[in-house]
Amino acid sequence: MTSRTAVVVGGNRTPFVKAGGRYADASAQDLLTAALDGLVARFGLAGQEVGEVVAGAVLKHTRDFNLTREAVLGSALSPHTPACDLQQACGTGLEAVVYASNKIRLGQMDVAIAGGVDSASDAPLVVTERLRKAMLALSRARSLPDKLTALARIRPADLAPVPPAVVEPRTGLSMGESQALTTAKWGITREEQDDLALASHRNLGAAWDAGFFDDLVTPYLKVARDSILRADTSKEALAKLRTVFGKGEAATMTAGNSTALTDGAALVLVAEEEYARGRGWPVWAKVVDAQVAASDYVTGREDLLLAPTRAIPVLLERNGLTLDDFDFFEFHEAFASTVLATLKALEQNGVGTVDRSKLNVKGSSLAAGHPFAATGGRIVASLAKMLHERGPGSRGLVSICAAGGQGVVAILEA
Amino acid sequence: MDVLEKLYATPAGKFVARKAGLADPPRLRRGRVLPTGPVVLAELDGGGLGRATLAQLGIEAAEPLLDLPESRTKDEKGRDVPPRYSTRPGAIVVDATGVREITQLEGIRRALRPVMRSLEESGRVIVLATDAADVEGLEAKAVAQAVDGVNRTVGKELRGGATANLVFVRRGTEPADLASTMSFLLEGRSAFVSGQAWRVGTAERRHSVTARPFDGRVVVVTGAARGIGAAIARTFARDGATVVAVDIPASGDALASVANEVGGSALQLDITSGDAGARMAEHVARVHGESSRIWAVVHNAGITRDKLLANLDEKRWASVLDVNLAAEMRINDYLLTHDVPGGLAEEARIVGIASTSGVAGNKGQTNYAASKAGVMGLVWAMREELAARPITVNAVAPGFIETEMTAAIPFVQREIFRRSNSLNQGGRPVDVAETLAYLCDPASGGVNGQVIRVCGQNLVGA
Repeated sequence: MTSRTAVVVGGNRTPFVKAGGRYADASAQDLLTAALDGLVARFGLAGQEVGEVVAGAVLKHTRDFNLTREAVLGSALSPHTPACDLQQACGTGLEAVVYASNKIRLGQMDVAIAGGVDSASDAPLVVTERLRKAMLALSRARSLPDKLTALARIRPADLAPVPPAVVEPRTGLSMGESQALTTAKWGITREEQDDLALASHRNLGAAWDAGFFDDLVTPYLKVARDSILRADTSKEALAKLRTVFGKGEAATMTAGNSTALTDGAALVLVAEEEYARGRGWPVWAKVVDAQVAASDYVTGREDLLLAPTRAIPVLLERNGLTLDDFDFFEFHEAFASTVLATLKALEQNGVGTVDRSKLNVKGSSLAAGHPFAATGGRIVASLAKMLHERGPGSRGLVSICAAGGQGVVAILEA
Repeated sequence: MDVLEKLYATPAGKFVARKAGLADPPRLRRGRVLPTGPVVLAELDGGGLGRATLAQLGIEAAEPLLDLPESRTKDEKGRDVPPRYSTRPGAIVVDATGVREITQLEGIRRALRPVMRSLEESGRVIVLATDAADVEGLEAKAVAQAVDGVNRTVGKELRGGATANLVFVRRGTEPADLASTMSFLLEGRSAFVSGQAWRVGTAERRHSVTARPFDGRVVVVTGAARGIGAAIARTFARDGATVVAVDIPASGDALASVANEVGGSALQLDITSGDAGARMAEHVARVHGESSRIWAVVHNAGITRDKLLANLDEKRWASVLDVNLAAEMRINDYLLTHDVPGGLAEEARIVGIASTSGVAGNKGQTNYAASKAGVMGLVWAMREELAARPITVNAVAPGFIETEMTAAIPFVQREIFRRSNSLNQGGRPVDVAETLAYLCDPASGGVNGQVIRVCGQNLVGA
């Protein structure tokens, strides 16, 4: 088989908005459809068939069992475009790109759309376990007394919905509480975290001002820019925020250096290189390779969000590269301290040093927000464009941590 | 909608309005639709172009009834009435291209009098005359202008949505040069164009008239996210164009839905950025193929920043001129001087949007009127500059058009604007779009350097 290369030719996302904000009434499907239609319009694909659209969401209603296919049917794409839902927590978007790229490399298709969506506003509300069991008993009951018995088991308190929470089932800790352990363990200071958050806002703001996102974002519901972005924030303003995770002296994590719950969708257009050139599409960057890893966080021996530190050395070795061979690092900012602990761990494990001047130079999740499954698409599209602007041979490393102690990393090259 | 407007829309309100002389305006024939009644041709001495042009369009011309003393009859009150058509004509074409003397103008009166009260709804009066620049002698030049006086007055006297327009043909004009104009005037596409006169000459390259003139052609439309721009995108797409819809990044969602609806593509671009022309070309090459070229650029994007001059600062002044005029010139300049993938085709069309505000001035709009009058000046000057290339440059000047923008005008004022033209109503965005599409038609190569008002013969600046 002749060698085939998967390349990123473009992308599109909605602006990202804090949960409960302007997208509060939009469903995950609405958001994904909007991102899809923007991409279709940008590349003039209306009525055309794409090899496959692959995307996913972390917070998912049961009605969204076929989320991506439904979004395709609601979009301007040809209804002959197949779709697939995929999910790997916050790694979803990047994993979708890897999935699409691999199929393209294998010759199973020439062009695909990959990414994800999440709406923390549209999170499913769950009924209590007691109510669920009582309802099941009620449906099984044949006689009136049995039905009344079943109903009588329901207490008023059971009727309140269980609010959604992002909690690790095996530790019972929320993401922030888990990360607070990592922050303390690696000795990440409040100041370091605030500095990283400040850089994220400044970089993202500068990129918006420079028009970097003009061909990466399509406005939605009258929102034209990422709404969490505070380009004019300062070190002082960030230092004033009270801590929200961790306890006492060790509490350093604030709303300013942790990502907010966010609504948004992001997609990238991936194609086989020759196919892309044939259509005149810009070849922004090749999807070179990717690696997944998982950490033993349940025992407490390892950190929930540092699985990428296991994946990166494997990926580097397989490709004969070191951290010095990269022009850009896109490390997802779940929390400022996640990125900082990742950098420390890479150094300590002898993998190497990440040049901070190459890190998240167009901002990342702290400023843009983090609609879980959408983050991968946001990062891949932006990085691919940055590499294209930098020129042939330039390389970027993407690192995304995910719930369940997982991590996805990938190399892109212009 | 305010209270008055709601009342006005009720049956009782309509009744009162009718009593007050505000009759329901006629419903105009629109689209690629010919009149239902016969097309009558009145060929005056020395004419012939009209007949040949109609023949080329496959339209069989009917014989005119002429208002001669011997053909008149008396009505019940004993008054003279002109001869009456047995079926109401759909249109009359008066070929006055051979008219040079004052006495010959009688031929026009004679042909028109019988149709003035018998044209069908949305009927057409189309007068052809030879341009004053191409006739010899003072009398002939004066007569050419006199024909326009007839045209403008007929437009005001016609009823039922009928229009009158005059085409001044230049020396050497062939039926193939005139056919697209004749077709546009006869069809519903020219619904809101009345009382106008413009010039048609010889095309550098001739193309035949078809119903899908833009098949396989790329047309760039700026300001395409909504209103008139969206209508332009739809109209060009209907006629076969691959539309590149351009608007500012902040309007990207509306833009994407227009682009997807018409099967074109969206380009989020601030047209005032210095590299706007280059980015249009890049987009065309990227999305529509390396070998694609732009057939037409429709400079529709525009803004208003209204203030009385007494209150107008330099920012409001400059932004309007930059978006409405300077940006258009920079884009043209790039496209006309760069032979790049996705750039302007060798043969091409450039059209802009002027305004009746530019023609006549409008209170509170010095900046806007300057920019729009500037667009007209640009069209006239570019025609000279591009004389050696098969590229035409034209503009339309819309009057009162029903858009989101004009819907914000207070009701009474809006109703006055609507009714202060010969068709007694506001135009629709599609009316502007149709006129632009006619100017961009490959078969309209002989129409160059013209500014056509789409205003229903508005009283303002007429």
